[in-house]
Amino acid sequence: MSDTAALALQLGDDALIAAQRLAEWCSRAPEMEEDIALANIALDQLGAARLFLTYAGEAANRTEDDLAYLRDDREFRNALLVELDNGDFAVTIGKLLFLAVFQRLRYESLAKGPDRRLAEIAAKARTESAYHAEHAALWTVRLGDGTDESHRRMQAAVDALWPYTHELFEGDAADLRRPWLAEIERTLGEATLTRPADGWAPSGGRVGVHTEELSKLLAEMQVLHRAHPGATW
Amino acid sequence: MVSARATAAAVRDPELPVVTIEELGILRDVTERDGRVTVTITPTYSGCPAMDVIRADITAALHADGYRDVEVATSLAEPWTTDWITPAGQAKLQRAGIAPPAKKTVLTLTVRCPRCGSPDTQELSRFGATACKALWRCRACREPFERVKAI
Repeated sequence: MSDTAALALQLGDDALIAAQRLAEWCSRAPEMEEDIALANIALDQLGAARLFLTYAGEAANRTEDDLAYLRDDREFRNALLVELDNGDFAVTIGKLLFLAVFQRLRYESLAKGPDRRLAEIAAKARTESAYHAEHAALWTVRLGDGTDESHRRMQAAVDALWPYTHELFEGDAADLRRPWLAEIERTLGEATLTRPADGWAPSGGRVGVHTEELSKLLAEMQVLHRAHPGATW
Repeated sequence: MVSARATAAAVRDPELPVVTIEELGILRDVTERDGRVTVTITPTYSGCPAMDVIRADITAALHADGYRDVEVATSLAEPWTTDWITPAGQAKLQRAGIAPPAKKTVLTLTVRCPRCGSPDTQELSRFGATACKALWRCRACREPFERVKAI
């Protein structure tokens, strides 16, 4: 697989797994407007995932569906952050904040990159990511600077997720950590939350070593396609 | 015979049926070569689920007008923004009770109620029934309304 196809696969897997996790909130979010918001964000993520996976599979003659439904966990290249269980609403918002700010920075950089197809997809997706990041930041501030209970839960979410953010900046994304940190620290500050110390940095998603949470997610996401190969509607 | 361009341009958006795909700014190009019509469209949002319906509607409209060989291509560059909605499209959205997006400026402009025109409005949710809309309400006439998100 070429470097470009490998990168497209990684970007597509981040977006696909994030979309699947966000879609789990559909009909279960704390309020109607938020239910619609999370489903809309999932749809944007799925749209980006389809474009990236279509591109990633072209050289090997594999479709977006082949890649989404017919790979096992060890073949997925998403970061661990996006596959983690949704937890409570604060964990979901924390995951979205960390991911969306990263995706926006990554897409801004790719939009200026040498590969025309990646640049076009990234240029399209970055405005959507900016909207997701704004939404997650609003909720982070509302929960962090809210009641004692919402503050406690938002801080717990940020603390639990922080170790998983390091993996996002592996490889050629290393330069993005500085602008990412600046923006995240500003939001955490406004939310009266404490920025956790850097320490444990779990890794492995980019080479296919995942948590068992991904296996369970894939079982649900892939079961229909695998039970009825090639089915369409 | 109606030109292929005119036929494609008249296709309506399935989620905002008061406007055509041309007025919404998602029709990019129509070319005819050796009897084949190629229509190029662009999505409003990466995951817009209406794209498949729009493709099918364009093909059906051209077939009905006698164009047998039709191809619908998708292009992402330049990415669509709400600034591409034509003035006629903006006016039609307004008349249908959907507040059109503001032009992208450094200032955030007041959103006027599309029903009574009052500037005393409030955003209820940054997301709405489709990927391209947000939910608002008017404090003056008390009516809820949708607004095309500005991107």
